[in-house]
Formats: sequence, C-alpha cells, structure tokens
Amino acid sequence: MKVKALSRSTADFTRETKSDIQILPRNVDPELHPLERAREYKRALNAAKVERMLAKPFIAGLSGHIDGIYSMAKNPWDLDRIVTGSGDGELRMWSLSSQETIWRAPEAHRGIVKGVCNIPGGDTDRFLSVGTDKMVKVWSRTEGAVADDGVTPETVASYSGKHAFSGIDHHRRRPLFATSSSLVEVWDVERSEPIANLTWGADTINTVRMNQTEVNVLASCGTDRSIILYDLRTNSPLAKLLMTLSTNAISWNPMEAFMFATANEDHNIYTFDMRRMDHAVNVLRDHVSAVMDVDYSPTGQELVSASYDRTLRLWDVGNGHSRDVYHAKRMQRVFCAKYTQDNKYILSGSDDGNLRLWRARASERVGIKSNRERATIEYADKLKDRFKYVPEVRKVLRHRNIPTAIKKASQTKQVMLQSRKRKEENRRKHEKDAKPRVPERKKAIIGTSSK
Amino acid sequence: MFAAAKLGADEATARRAHHTGSDGEGSASESERAPRTLRDQPAKSDRTTRPSAGKKRKGDKQAAEAPEDTKEPDEIQQRTALAAKKYQRGGPSSKTTKVRSKRAQASLDHAKRRREEAAEEAARSEMLLTQDAGFLEAEGLERTYKFTQAQLAENLDLASAGKIFDLKLADFGPYALRYSDNGRHLLLGGKRGHLASIDWRSGRLGCELHVRETVRDVTWLHNQSLFAAAQKKYVYIYDHTGAEVHCLQKHVEPTALGFLPFHFLLASTGMTGQVVFQDVTEGAVVGSHRPGLGPSHVLKVNPYNAVVHVGHGNGTVSLWAPKQGKPLARMLCHRGPVQAMAIDRSGTYMATSGLDGRVKVWDIRNFKPLHDYKTKQPAQALDISQRGLLAAGWGPHVSVWKDALSTRVDNPYMTQLLPGVSTSALQFVPYDDVLGVGHSQGLSSLVIPGSGEPNFDAYVANPYQTTKQRQESEVKSLLDKLAPDTIALDPTFIARLDPRSQAQKMRESAVAERERYAQDKEEGKYLDSSVRNKTKGRNSTAKRYLRKTQANVTDLKKLQALERVEREKQQREQASDLPAEHKGALSMFYKDQR
Repeated sequence: MKVKALSRSTADFTRETKSDIQILPRNVDPELHPLERAREYKRALNAAKVERMLAKPFIAGLSGHIDGIYSMAKNPWDLDRIVTGSGDGELRMWSLSSQETIWRAPEAHRGIVKGVCNIPGGDTDRFLSVGTDKMVKVWSRTEGAVADDGVTPETVASYSGKHAFSGIDHHRRRPLFATSSSLVEVWDVERSEPIANLTWGADTINTVRMNQTEVNVLASCGTDRSIILYDLRTNSPLAKLLMTLSTNAISWNPMEAFMFATANEDHNIYTFDMRRMDHAVNVLRDHVSAVMDVDYSPTGQELVSASYDRTLRLWDVGNGHSRDVYHAKRMQRVFCAKYTQDNKYILSGSDDGNLRLWRARASERVGIKSNRERATIEYADKLKDRFKYVPEVRKVLRHRNIPTAIKKASQTKQVMLQSRKRKEENRRKHEKDAKPRVPERKKAIIGTSSK
Repeated sequence: MFAAAKLGADEATARRAHHTGSDGEGSASESERAPRTLRDQPAKSDRTTRPSAGKKRKGDKQAAEAPEDTKEPDEIQQRTALAAKKYQRGGPSSKTTKVRSKRAQASLDHAKRRREEAAEEAARSEMLLTQDAGFLEAEGLERTYKFTQAQLAENLDLASAGKIFDLKLADFGPYALRYSDNGRHLLLGGKRGHLASIDWRSGRLGCELHVRETVRDVTWLHNQSLFAAAQKKYVYIYDHTGAEVHCLQKHVEPTALGFLPFHFLLASTGMTGQVVFQDVTEGAVVGSHRPGLGPSHVLKVNPYNAVVHVGHGNGTVSLWAPKQGKPLARMLCHRGPVQAMAIDRSGTYMATSGLDGRVKVWDIRNFKPLHDYKTKQPAQALDISQRGLLAAGWGPHVSVWKDALSTRVDNPYMTQLLPGVSTSALQFVPYDDVLGVGHSQGLSSLVIPGSGEPNFDAYVANPYQTTKQRQESEVKSLLDKLAPDTIALDPTFIARLDPRSQAQKMRESAVAERERYAQDKEEGKYLDSSVRNKTKGRNSTAKRYLRKTQANVTDLKKLQALERVEREKQQREQASDLPAEHKGALSMFYKDQR
C-alpha cells in the first residue's frame, strides 16, 4: 500500500512572532472563488459609492481682491506661486501652500488688469501685467523696494502702448512677449516700442497665446470671430479660422504642440489640430453659457474650463462631455481657470473676487499611501472602469448635485438643440436636392484661409 | 491584509498570487521545484484534464530520456496553455465579431489579450502551490477498497492517523453534522436534542447544549461564531457559547438547512414543503416558495451559482432562487422519494440517491443523467469532496468512489463498515483528507486520502485563521454581501451586455405589457371600458351601469357590476363603524388619535 494523506504542520502556516508577516497562501483556481463576477460587481458598486462619498472637490477660497478676478498666471517653474489681476487694477501674488497673499500691488493698473504672465526661467520672479490703461508693466516681488502694505510697489519696467491691452503672453525662451489689443504686437524686452505688429483684419483681439513647445507659433482670437495663427520667424500670420461665434480664450496643448483648445461663446470648447483646421478635432459640449477660459492639464490629457454659467468643468480631451462639474454657492461668473503644474489642483478666479482652489480629482486625497492603500485604490479604479457601463454603477458614478438653474438651462438647451435637429431633418426630407449633412465638428466653422 | 483580498480581478489576482506565493521561499528553490511540480500537475487536476493526462505521462518519460533542455520549454508551454484553459474567465473568447468603431475594436482586443495573459499567468502560478494532494495506491493483488481504516492508520503519518477516530454518542443520535468552510470546526446535531460545536483537530469543545426537542439539521452561518439548528418547530440560531440568539418562526417544522455564504441567506425546507430564504444580517425573509409536493427532507446549496436544490417525495429535485416564485428547473431523478443529494463545487455534477436504491450522477448544466451506482440499501447520505470523490452512506456502510462523476467506475475507491450503526449524514472536510460520518452512535471520522483540496486560499477559507483575521473577513464579506437577485442558473449573467437594441427593448416591453393587460382582463381584473366612470364621487361606476342598462338583461358585465355594488356597500358599512375621530380627512387632528 502506498498512501499519503494531507497533513499540514501548523508551524508552516502560522507566524512565529508578532513581528512576522502573516502567512497567507493563495490559490487562484476559479473553483475556489465562486460567484466572482457578482462579487466584483458588488465591489465596483461599493467603490463607486465610496468615490462619490469622498468627492469633496473644494479645498479653499482665497479672498483678498475687492473686484472680480479676470486674469491669472501660473508659474511653470514654481508650483506655489500664482498671480492674479482684478477688475480694480489690483495685482496679487498668492502662496498656494500657505493659502495667503504674499505680495500685492493695489493700483497696478488704472482699470481692469486684462492679462498677467510670468517671465520664464526659474531664476527670476518677474512677471508682466497689462491693463486697459495701455500699459505693460514688469513686476518683481523681491527686486522692488519693500513698501508698506497697501502702497503700490515700484515696477521694474514699463512699456506704453497705443491701445487698451486685452492679453499678454511671454515667449518660452527668448526675451520677447506678445500683447493683444486691436492688433497683436511683439515686444522685445530691451525696447520701448514693439518690434512687430501682426494683423489680419480683426478689429479687436481678445487674447494672444504663445505656443510653449513650438515656440515660434502664436495664436490669437478676435471679436470678428476669428482665430489667427502667426509665425514669429516671418513676423506674419499663417492661417485664419472663422467661426460662428467669437472665441474667448485659447490654450495650447503642452504635450502635443500642434493642438490647441478654444473657449467659445457658443457654450462649447473646440480642440483643433493647427495642421488641419477645416474641422475641430473634438467638440466638448456641456456648458450652458459662454466659456470664458480653458486650460490644458500638464499631461495634455485633460482640460479645465471656466464658464459664464458659474461653473467649472473638467474634461478628458477625447470625450465630448465633461467628467466633472464644480460649482460653489457663492461663486459667480468664472473668468479664468488654471490647472496647476503638478496636475493635482485647479484654480479658478471669478466675478466675486475669490480665488478658489479645487482638487483635480474630487475624491482623491493627498499624502503618502501605504502599499495596501494604493493597491485598494488601484483595484477599485479598475473595477469601476470595468463595470462603468452597468446601469447601477453608471448611475452612481455620474450623479452630481447641480444647481437648479444650470440643470434647467441644460434641459432647455437640450430641447432646443433637438428641435433644431428635428427641423433640419424634416426640411431635408422634403427638399429636392438636399445638401450633405455637415458633421458636428465642422458646423461651427465658417471658413479657413492661409497665407 | 485584506486590502489585497481581491478574489479574482483577472490580472490583479493572478499577479498577486504570484507575489504572495513567492514570499516565503528563495527564488533558487523555486526554480528547482518548478519542473517537478509541473510534471505532477496533470495528475493533480486529472478530473478536468483527464483525457490528456495519460498521454502527457508518456511524453514525460520520453522527455526524461531525451536531452532535457530541448524538450522542456515546449512542454512547459503546452502545459501552461492547457492549464490556462482552466483559468479562462468570462467564457470562451473565441468569438471574433468585428465592431465598427476602430477604437472600440482596439479596446476589445486589448481586453481579450489581457484576459489571456491573466489566465496564462494564473496557470503559471500553479507551480508555486506548495502542497500535493493525498493518494492511496494498491500494490500487487491489493485493492484500495479492501483497505480498512485500521490498516490505513498503520501506514499513515501520526498526524493523519490521529484523524481516524470515533465519537461515541449513543444517547442522542442519529447525528447531523456540518464542518465550517475552513474545515476547522465541527457542528453536531443529535436527533434527540444534542448540539455541540468542536474544534475537532485539537479536540477543544466550543459549546455543548441540549435543546430538549428534536434537532433535524444543523448548519454554520458565515463563520464559527454563529450556527443554526432546525428544531422541532422552528429554526434557532445560537452563538459560539451556545446561547440562543434568534428563533426564526418563518421556518415551520424545518428538516434541512443550507447557508449561502455570499448572500448571507439561510435556506430551509421542512414538513410543510416550503422553501424559505431568510437574510441573516437583517432578518428579512427574501423568498418563501411552495413547491406543493409535500414534505421534503433534502436541501443542498450549489456552491457554483448559489441555487438551492430541494429533493421531494415524488422523486423530483427542484432548483430555487429566492426571487423567483417558480423553480428554475425541475428534474425527475428517482422513482420514489429523494433520500440524499450532493453537488460538486464546480457546479457541473449532482449526485442524488433515492429509495429505489440507486445513486445517480447528473450533469446539472444540461440536466441530463450521466450514470448510476447501486447500493444494497438506499443511500441515506451523499457528499462530493473538493477533488470530486463521491461518498455514500447506506446502512452501516460508507462507500467512496473516485473519478465517479465524469465516468462510471466499477469498483469503489474505499469502503468502510461501521458495525451496528446506520449512517445519517456525511461530509468531507474541506481542505483535508477526512470524511465525517454522522450516525446513530455518534460520529466517525475516516481518512480518505486524495479527497481534499491540498492548497487553500487564505482569503477564501483559512484553517489557520486568527481571531483578528476572522473579524476582518467578516466585515469584508458583509461589505461584499450579494443581493438575493444575483442568484441564477448562470452566475455570470451579471453585467453582461444586453444585445438588444433600444427599439427592440421598447418593443418587447410593450408586447409584455399588452400580454399582461390581456391576461388581467381575462381574469376579470378590469371592468369593461364602457362601464368605467371618469369622475369620482358618491356615484359608483357599477351603480351607473346598472341604472343605464335594461333591467331584463343579465350578462357577465351586469353580474360584475352587481358584485361590485355589493362590495362597495360592505366597504361603506365597515367605514361607518369607525368612530368620528378615526375617519375623514380631519381625523388626524383629534387629540386621542395622536
């Protein structure tokens, strides 16, 4: 007889001392894990609920500005500092870690501060501001003489232009900056007059943005509903795109230099490939009022937009609808929004004069996580991803408490769009020579031309 | 520790199993062991991959003669591919219908690739399993079924030989018994009222009590801290100290109990024939069904899909889910009452025994009989072990068949005579080579080599569980508690894509609605539309109809209306019996009413 029966020694499966790790053998045989799909579904549902339970996107509101915040600049070389300009001409520099103002210039400009931007390079804390008072001013927190609080510090330099400015952006490397007014002007830091004037038929330019990767390209958008691309090497416009409504802001994708996103008056955000501008790459539609600002995340995969409907929305660039919407009871029209350079936070400046700090992922928490914690989170994410199309899970994941006004407005808008579509289809049915359907990505584009 | 307790996220589990397994040992010893374990593998899982196992063995010998390093990788790959089939999740992925969107197609392809990788990795992780299954082989003219437990004890190691014992409890038998999921705790229920829980390996008594009434069946709930007993009139729940916690009065004269560990449902059937499901976490009765076939004494839970199988007096076995009012299936299994039943853990095979003296094996995927075994007396108890051994207790005998489910074998694997007793219950101990036999004289514990799963998963059932671990796993399992409506014959139906289009769904639901309406109408639920009154008031529709129709015409409609008038009158009378403060819209403002 040859015989052997299972006989385990207790010592093999129990730890000797309390400091040892527990001995937990695994066996992945499916027969030992019955009903695993049902259990994973349940876990996915629980994970979705926990996610919504932990979704507390708002971190802090930084108050100080008396008027609304209409311009904002983040510093690519410094995570902590942020500069804002308000409607009464005040400039403030904030420290995000301590959540307070660390420098301010009460009467930096007469009138609205329309644009601020940092001077590149980690070795300087200089930044530029433009206002409707036709001035470009260079500021520094450390270089100027220390002034009492409430007294406007000295500027480092200033340039005067011929028109009220509406936007400013600095070249990535060279000492150049571009301003927008009734035309786009390129300035050399050393000179008091612009070195180039760039125009292509627009009456007023809303903003100008320099490409930070493909550094010789800049884009502007004007009140004549145009988006114009310029080349710095030839000092001439490259291409022009005319849309049905005007564009309020432009953001270049930091990872894909040829892509940019535009915030449009028609409630939508359009992303474009500058090589083929006859159609938008994607149309992001969820806002119920004009989009005032848009900013790419440092990864280039996500977008944040600020809108006149008093909300911020977060988008995946590939999807047509927002993944999240942020609002606060006292937040008014939002005029500027930025993703921070660590991809973790969002800043918004609104009409009510508060700078707000939000989480980029509402249910995520900072801090070092243990391996176990991380594994749990990853597992939960995977489950949510796997079961996201199951109605119960989707319902939980997509649920948001939205202000009634916005909910109502979006319902009304939905009805309007549908009826418009229905009408078009009806007309098409009874037309003799119906024109081919225009894709949604081309609908808002009137035409393109290049030089 | 439970952060990692993810029982089956495809790739994650496989990978983690890999890590956990390799925790304790050095990599050198692993690589040495790998080929040996792999070669052993087909024998280990011979139940599933049986046809190929013999061939592999031959190939193995050749490989041993030929230069090792040329043949080995090929063979390993083949083995892995074979084993990977076992770990394939979500059904066969051979269907390659193309979808229109390129992006969707890419993501489908990606998911498929990941699934295959996960299965392969899981198969590869088999080499990390540390334990080998037990075996019993006869040499020469010996036959395995001739070996007695006494002979086995002489040849076994001391620890295993210690598992052969008898508990002499002659006073209160016959006994029902149940081992806990990790095989560590034993629950005994004597017909004449004796209840006891024992940590049977150490012999430590958990609790012991006498309930002074009939005990027909016992079961553990989710762990060894609670157990249920089917007593004379109701089901009672006791805690680990033996204190009565609950009396479940919805289970009337229960005879058999079953527990669904993932749903936290206690199922019972009894002398009334009713199948009752009760949620033990919140106490709600989630299902109560009347098969209408008289008293039944057999109830088993299918571990694969949590469907409850109930054996009836007319020889049928019906399959029940708590939320379906009708049985999911009904099988005629025997001529004469069903005596005992057992279901294997893969949910493929069911064995039943009837008073006709047969033990039949069924394929419950398609409800077809496979083959049957004869016992000289009707088998009173059946069980299927984790590795697919079939045990039957008939009179004083216990027979165990090996590989008896997929094929018909001529001779049993082991037999044992327990003189002077009659067996009443059988259960293989999970993760051990032991068969517990409850009988009129107490309990006998027999060693059946090769019956138990050698490698346990500590996150599923851990025989060496500490108190802390038990508490944590209790919390985890409560969080993952499944809703009763997740029970169906195919447990993978959850989150599956509904292939119907939106229009089709609407159409079908409209058709169903129409059918329902037609049926209701036929049953006389609605009055004819010509009778219906649009406004509300003292005037009833039926009265109006009676007024409007000719007095000398009597048809069905008129009879209905008369009946309705009568009913309304009764209702009015009932309402008028109430005192003023109890009726009318203002009743809530009366003082004594609040």
